[in-house]
Amino acid sequence: MAFGILAKTTGITLLEAFLFSAVVFAGASQFIALNLLATGVGFGGIILTTLLVNFRHFLMSSYIASRVDSKMKRAFPIIAFGVTDESFSVLSFKKGALSQIYIIVLESIAYISWVTGTVSGYILGGFLPDLLVKSMGIALYAMFVALLMPEVKQSYKALILALSAGLLNSALLYLDIFPKGWSIVITIIFVSGVGAFFYEETGEEV
Amino acid sequence: MNDLIFLILGMAFVTYVPRLVPFFIISKLNLSKRFEAFLKCVPYVALGALIIPGVFSVTPDVPAASLIGIGFAILYGLIRGGMIIPVLGSVLVTFLVLLKQGAF
Repeated sequence: MAFGILAKTTGITLLEAFLFSAVVFAGASQFIALNLLATGVGFGGIILTTLLVNFRHFLMSSYIASRVDSKMKRAFPIIAFGVTDESFSVLSFKKGALSQIYIIVLESIAYISWVTGTVSGYILGGFLPDLLVKSMGIALYAMFVALLMPEVKQSYKALILALSAGLLNSALLYLDIFPKGWSIVITIIFVSGVGAFFYEETGEEV
Repeated sequence: MNDLIFLILGMAFVTYVPRLVPFFIISKLNLSKRFEAFLKCVPYVALGALIIPGVFSVTPDVPAASLIGIGFAILYGLIRGGMIIPVLGSVLVTFLVLLKQGAF
């Protein structure tokens, strides 16, 4: 919804806002694109930023690819389209095998909510109280926390991995040495790399 | 409808390709133990890295609001777990703190 609300304020049409969500389907980079458009950055710059910002999905896709059966090959192009922070986080904490139908249904729900949210945000945005719209921004993070908590309760390793990743990513963002979107990629590679080292040492389930 | 469509298509392309490629390389490779261990860490690490700086950007003018909101999700997750109540509850808590702060 928030994307639709913001899109309207930056002056793009309803159809364009709809196409952003329906064709690109990548939350954070769409917000950044609106921001860059408003500040007059050229298309090339916006597309390059999008590539950098969304490159974390390369790592998320790698994880999901390692958990799906290669028999699903024909569905890969569809499954890959739906890899977002949200679908990844739900899929990665689902125990047991990931079936094709489960993945596609989950991703479709996420997709439909994102696109209808964009359209309804664009149309209704002006009528909702500003404070409520702001508060709704917390929902995404609360969902991530809710997914993470059962894991954290089970093993301190999950907690250490998540906390150190959060700290490193915050530090990298604060230092502002890498282009937008790269600090999270570097964080994922570095912290998972260190984690893998310990994991292999102990041979224990993370 | 002007040339914004080219921007949308360009963004879609550079978003889709990195999402698609791993499916065709990972399933062909025989993964080493270490790389498998690396991938197993990715979910925790990715979520941690998304949450910790991200949550501060929700209500930048009243940081306490998003912190108390996410605090509710953490506490509720510790005690009870689940998804709907932590998510809706944290929105409500954030909203109430914002109201109380009078951040109109």
